[in-house]
Amino acid sequence: MAAKQLQVQKKRELQKKEEATIPARVFLPNADIYETADALTVILEMPGVEKNNVDVRVEDDVLTVQGRLDLSKYQGLEPLYTEYNVGHYSRSFQLSSRIDQNKISATMNDGVLSLTLPKVEEAKARTIEIR
Amino acid sequence: MITAFADPLETLFNLQRELEARIASGWLRDLTASEGPFPPINVFQQGDDVLVVIELPGIDKSELQLQAKENTIRIFGRKTVAYPERVSMHRRERVFGEFDRTLSLPIAIDPDGIKAEYRDGILAIFLPRAEHDKPRTIRIN
Repeated sequence: MAAKQLQVQKKRELQKKEEATIPARVFLPNADIYETADALTVILEMPGVEKNNVDVRVEDDVLTVQGRLDLSKYQGLEPLYTEYNVGHYSRSFQLSSRIDQNKISATMNDGVLSLTLPKVEEAKARTIEIR
Repeated sequence: MITAFADPLETLFNLQRELEARIASGWLRDLTASEGPFPPINVFQQGDDVLVVIELPGIDKSELQLQAKENTIRIFGRKTVAYPERVSMHRRERVFGEFDRTLSLPIAIDPDGIKAEYRDGILAIFLPRAEHDKPRTIRIN
C-alpha cells in the first residue's frame, strides 16, 4: 500500500436558520486559522469562486464570508461520475474584541481566500525582559 | 450524524468514497484508480465529449502534472500548504500532500484535442471524443 492516503472530507452543508430563496446549495469552505504575534489569519478554500464573487463583511462582531460560484458553467453538462457536491460557499466567524475590525484585509488566489485580522495594539504580544 | 432526511445519492457518494479509500490499484475495474480519494473529481458529458472537473484550490501549476494515454488520464502532483515558521495553528482543515489519480474513460479520446485549464482552484480538462468512436446513425431502408 502507498504511504498515508489523503482523505477527502465530504463537503459540509451550511445549516441556516432561514430558508433560501434560490435553489443552490451552500457549503462550508475548509478553513485554516493561525495566529502570529500581530494578527490572526484565516485561509478559506473556495474552489471555483472568482475574486469578484466573494463578499466579506463584518457586522456585530461577526465576520461572514460568502463565495458564489458561476453555476451557468455547468449548464448543458450531464454528470457521468461525481464525487463531490457543487455549490456556493459561506462561513461565519465570531470575532473577539482583540481584533481591530477596521484593518481587516483580504487577498484571493486560485480559489484560496486569505484574510488577515490584525490584533488591536494592546493585544499584540509583548516580550518581557528578564533582568 | 443527524440528517433531516436520507438523500439516497449522498449514501452512494459515501459508498463510493469508502471504496476509493480502500483500493490502491484498480482491481475493481472501476472508472478510477488512485492512491486515495484526493482530489475529488467530477466527470461530465458535454454532447459527445467529456469534461473532467477537479477541485484543487491553492496548487502551484508547476507541481501539477497531467498525462494522457489511450483512453486514460492521469493527474498527479503535490499540493503544499505552507505557513510561516512561528505561528500558532488554531484550526487545520485544508488537505494537502501528494496525489496520483488515474481516470479510465469508456470512450476513445482524440489526444490532440485535449485541453486543460486551471482557474480559481478548479482544473477543467476537456476531452474530445475521437472521430472514429462517435456513433454513426444508420438509415433503415
